[in-house]
Amino acid sequence: MALLEVKDLQVHFPIRGGLFSRQVGEVKAVDRVNLAIEAGQTYGLVGESGSGKTTTGRAIIGLNQITGGSILFEGADLASKGARKQNNVRRDVQMIFQDPYSSLNPKKRVLDIIAEPLRNFEKLSPQEEMRKAQELLEQVGLSADNVLKYPHEFSGGQRQRIGIARAIALKPKLIIADEPVSALDVSVQAQVLNFLRDIQKELNLTYLFISHDLGIIRHMCDRIGIMYKGRHVEEGTPEDIFDNPRHIYTKRLIAAIPDIDPLQREVRNVFRRSVSEEYDNAYRSHFDQDGLAYPLRSISDTHMVAMPEKG
Amino acid sequence: MSEDLLRIENLTTSFRIADHYYAAVDDVTLTVKKNEILAIVGESGSGKSALAFSIMGLHTKARIEGKVNYKGQDIVQMSPGMLNKVRGKEMSMIFQDPLAALNPLMIIGSQIDEVLLLHDTGLSKKQRKEKVLDLLTKVGIPRPEHTYHQYPYELSGGMRQRVIIAIAIANGPQLLLADEPTTALDVTIQLQILELIKKLKEDMQAGIILITHDLGVVSEMADRVAVMYAGQIVEIADIYTLTSNPQHPYTRSLFNSIPTVKEVKSRLHVIQGIVPSLKNLPRTGCRFAGRTPWIDASAHEENPQLHEIAPGHFVRCTCYRHFHFPDSTEEVGTDGIA
Repeated sequence: MALLEVKDLQVHFPIRGGLFSRQVGEVKAVDRVNLAIEAGQTYGLVGESGSGKTTTGRAIIGLNQITGGSILFEGADLASKGARKQNNVRRDVQMIFQDPYSSLNPKKRVLDIIAEPLRNFEKLSPQEEMRKAQELLEQVGLSADNVLKYPHEFSGGQRQRIGIARAIALKPKLIIADEPVSALDVSVQAQVLNFLRDIQKELNLTYLFISHDLGIIRHMCDRIGIMYKGRHVEEGTPEDIFDNPRHIYTKRLIAAIPDIDPLQREVRNVFRRSVSEEYDNAYRSHFDQDGLAYPLRSISDTHMVAMPEKG
Repeated sequence: MSEDLLRIENLTTSFRIADHYYAAVDDVTLTVKKNEILAIVGESGSGKSALAFSIMGLHTKARIEGKVNYKGQDIVQMSPGMLNKVRGKEMSMIFQDPLAALNPLMIIGSQIDEVLLLHDTGLSKKQRKEKVLDLLTKVGIPRPEHTYHQYPYELSGGMRQRVIIAIAIANGPQLLLADEPTTALDVTIQLQILELIKKLKEDMQAGIILITHDLGVVSEMADRVAVMYAGQIVEIADIYTLTSNPQHPYTRSLFNSIPTVKEVKSRLHVIQGIVPSLKNLPRTGCRFAGRTPWIDASAHEENPQLHEIAPGHFVRCTCYRHFHFPDSTEEVGTDGIA
């Protein structure tokens, strides 16, 4: 059984306007999304801004109210009332945020930042708490005597590690990482990515990894879902997605990635032009009349593409 | 090859912290030719934006030494009045954050019109409006007449960046500085903006300085690349040489630390330690030495200079000859601040 299974997830936001702020419409930020993550695996959610990837992550951890569908964590439905409380979900699912500058309270010491989840769930004496915080700091590669410092005394990469220490304090099973390295410099990015992989092995963590950077997604993930306007357009293994993309949107996204080899410039240009032509020609067969993706259909054991019935 | 459009000689830009001046841009010498894209690559704090601001004369409190020669005139010595005549006409800048660079209270049309008006192009009101619409079309805005009357908040990030570019090219500049022009954008939009910049280069034969930290963008765009670290240029070469045969330890480390879709690496290389702060820079030794502690100290030279190792390929310090990656790229626990 998958550790996390999301079925038909819908998150709609009301658009209010007119007299007495009546609801005049809604934005379907997440529109019937399905995904499943096996324990110990990394699922990558990719899409451009506004595609609904962050909203999906936030809905799973309970930061956005869901409109419909179910979220099964270890078999229990988190959408039902009280489920989050009963099933230890708040301990078992943690989040790493995008911006290490705004996600740490500047007025709190590192000790208080890391110990906050512990204080919520465990009754520890101040000494035990201190010891635990120091252990966690060492686990994320920072020296234990940093425990009384404040966030501003750390660099971006170090702050992101403090955020990670906070996320792993309660030994969670699932971590939702929303663009965890996009605010960091390349060299620091590498450090945090390596580290996320190390602790995944060490603690048998499962990741939902949200990013718009396809290089990072390929590096980190076992399974990848591409989102567009709140829906999946394609899902599969990294090989399926990068070596054999089938949906025209996925193809366009991959073609747009800057190439690291300048000798390929001409080849890329020709390739991009052909993809762009294909996009224009095949648009009608890949999207419905509202410009939205069709439901996913399997084309192999691992690979699913959003295509109309006859595809 | 065509002649140099811009020649920067021994440019040093220092900022005052307490009672001392610290150089954020340290003795930079560079040239930009017509119809050339020079990329400046570096991480945050490397001095790349401080360099761009110095070229544009945008620093108000910094101490600037050296020369910025634009067509025989030294920008550093120019009076504010002279600068205002050159900026926005002969040379202009594309800023990183398009929302912050636009006036939220002015319609798009007037913001572009302003540049035409200020530089006294002698056009009538009607001609200027036509020119603005023409510019909006040129940067790929689908309904120029409609966008003319819109406010910045009504446009998406990609559209705003196009407006910024329209403002920058309004007077047909010969030198264009683009400071992280696509960092805030999605990949598909990024591609469109990059294509646009490339096309402008060809149309106007302009020289372009592209500042970025994204090596993918550099490989797509640049003719030549200067890599900056801690205020200094550590390597300059044409793009083909730099990507196929990078020499400086910092350049090589950078290339090794990025995940790409083409090549799946089991582990990414991590550059140990952090960029030294302005105050704590080793001013006389190799600035990158602290981040490659496994390299013998004798590999570095005193007061490292740029060495021309092949025509047009410059590398700072002698340590590149002895550089190798450590056997284990284990980094956890070695970079803690004590």
